[in-house]
Order: sequence, then C-alpha cells, then structure tokens
Amino acid sequence: MDRNQSHRQVATMKQSLFDQGYLDHEQFNQLEELQDDANPNFVEEVVTLYYRDSARLVHSIEQALEKSPIDFNKLDSYMHQFRGSSSSIGAKKVKAECSLFREYCRAGNGEGCMRTFQQVKKEYTALRKKLETFFQLARQAGPVDRARRPK
Amino acid sequence: MARNGVVASQRWRSDGDVSSQQQPPADSVVADEVHVLAVDDSLIDRKVIERLLRNSSYKVTVVDSGVRALQFLGLDGEEKKTSSIGAFDSLKIKVDLIITDYCMPEVTGYDLLKKIKGSSTLREIPVVIMSSENVVTRIDRCLEEGAEDFIVKPVKPSDVARLRGYMATSEPSVRVNKRKQRESCESCSSLSTASSTSSSISSSPSLSPSPPSSASPTPMSISEPSSPSPSPSPPMSQSVSAPCSPSLSEE
Repeated sequence: MDRNQSHRQVATMKQSLFDQGYLDHEQFNQLEELQDDANPNFVEEVVTLYYRDSARLVHSIEQALEKSPIDFNKLDSYMHQFRGSSSSIGAKKVKAECSLFREYCRAGNGEGCMRTFQQVKKEYTALRKKLETFFQLARQAGPVDRARRPK
Repeated sequence: MARNGVVASQRWRSDGDVSSQQQPPADSVVADEVHVLAVDDSLIDRKVIERLLRNSSYKVTVVDSGVRALQFLGLDGEEKKTSSIGAFDSLKIKVDLIITDYCMPEVTGYDLLKKIKGSSTLREIPVVIMSSENVVTRIDRCLEEGAEDFIVKPVKPSDVARLRGYMATSEPSVRVNKRKQRESCESCSSLSTASSTSSSISSSPSLSPSPPSSASPTPMSISEPSSPSPSPSPPMSQSVSAPCSPSLSEE
C-alpha cells in the first residue's frame, strides 16, 4: 500500500470515529494540531496516559460503588476527574456517560450510578480498542507532511 | 515531561539565538522569554496545557497542585516579607502569567488567585482560571477576585492565543467582567456557540466560543471600560468532602 493510501485509510478511520460519535472532532483535531516534528506522537502519548491514569479512577469508583452506604460526594469527585480527562482527549461517548453518571450521583441514586458505570466502562473499553487500531494505522502510514507553522 | 515541584530559576541574558523548540537548561529562564506557570492536578490536562503553551513559544513551568504553585511563587508563608529581599525576588523567578485549574484539592484555583492578588509582590501577575464546569457564579467570583479570564475546558488553541493579550498589562483602572461583556457581544454577533465541544447534559453555552473548525483567535478588545461589576456574589460554602461539586448555592 502506498503512502497516500495509508494516509487515506487513517483519515477514513478517523472520520468514522467522529461520525460514530466516539471522538469529538474538534477536540481530537486540536490535539493533532499540537503534533510536530519534535512531538510526532503527542496524541498517542496523551491517550496512553489517559488510559493509564484513569485506570486508578475506574478502580476507585468501583470500590466506592461497593461500599454501603455509598459516599456520593466521593463518587462525584472521582467522576468529575474522570469526565475531565475524557473530555480532554475528546472521548465523546465516555464523557456523555460520565455526565449521566454524575446526574445519578447528585440524585443519590446508587442503582442508576451502577448501571451507568457499566456503560462508562463499555464505552471506555470500546474506544480504547478503536484507538489502538487507529494509532497502529497512523504509525504504519508515517508522519503526514505538514508544510506549516514556523516554530 | 512536566516539571513538578519547586524549580529555582535564575535570569540570564541570552545573546545567542534561543530556539523555542530547544528547552533551555531546567534551571534557567531566559530574560525576555514569556514564562507561564500552569497549575493543574489532572495529569492529562497538564500534558495538554504544557504542549499548548509550548507551541505558542512560551516558557512553561507546570505544577500539579495549588500547594506547589504557592511554593514555587514563594507564597507559602514567605509572603510576610515585604522587603525587596523577599523569597520570590531572591529566587529571581520571572512569571508573566499564571493559568490554573479551579478544582484542585486543598488549595483551589480560587484560593491561589486570592493569595496572588493579596500579595504585594505578585498581584500584578495576570491569573487565568480554567474549569470544566461552566458555572456563572463561579466565573463571576473569580473575575471579581481579579482573574483576567475564565476558560471553560477543554482548553483550545484560541484560548491560549488570547493569553498574550493579558500579559504586559498596566493596571486596569476598572475591573471589567469579561463574562458579561462576552455574553453581550455574543448576542449582537453571529458567533455560534453550537461549536461548543461539550456533549454534557448541562447545556449552558461555552464561555469561550471559537469559530467552527478553526483555531484562529477571536480577539475581544476592550474598547471602553464598562461600569464596575456589581456587589460580589453571596458567600458560598463548598462542601469539604467534594470541594468542586457545584453546590446548590453556586448554580
């Protein structure tokens, strides 16, 4: 496959991630804009960091949900952080589920929280797989020639 | 990677050509280079803000808490020194702007703002607050306390482009509430807030609208000062266990 085809494949996959609502196009594009010769894999680095960092939050939330009675303030605080990071990488569906979770949290609805958290995890995992594929494709395609932006 | 903790920097004159790509040695800040202190307890957001700022050719110091920011600025108990040989001066740290997250444990962005504005040595440094939550009373509170601006996360390149305008400022004689000014501008322009990236359930408009699919800044020039902001918002109590969940009194 020639370079152009590889790049088109990457672009197509990216567009489909936008179209399916996995990624927020504006936020993700802005992260890509931050890549340059000195930081060619910035987005992948951020995403990797996100999954690593949020793993502990997921764990904390799970533990908090198992307690009785549930400490909704604590839960909300964890989810606030998780939602924030998700937003920063453009994880659109994850962010939406996080917001829903917080609504249940504020309503003191433990059942709702638990149900929604399953959704959060589902979206979180699904996105991870998609992004792994995406970054693999992107690496294979190599850096895009960008004639731009004096540093 | 982000440099957390206390960094003692010294000024030196650079005669050579300092490429903005190249990082100067960790213990120096080049005079004439703009130095931004970024404060955020989120690892992801620190990485992003650092990249955003470096891309704009700023020298960046990133710290992970309000406590560390106070240490860096020499405000952790050293503020009582009013002589010119205060801790801050002796370290010769030049900070041109501070950008801080609002929601942080122990010392919030608001606490940090208050300390900075309450310091005789540091009050001139412009402070910008970031928050993922678009809460009007929170925004007003920060602006009234002296913040230059309030950015709703996620931070965009256009937000960072706007920062340049807050530096090298002389003292404003009248505090302008930028949120109110921006909102009144919005209603008379055709700027669409539908470009907001927020997909959250609360549908309040984004505070920092940017033109769709473009990273160019939307400068808001203050042509004439509006009247001073009205009396401060009622004191709010934030619950101790979750300091940044918007409490009812804040909404």
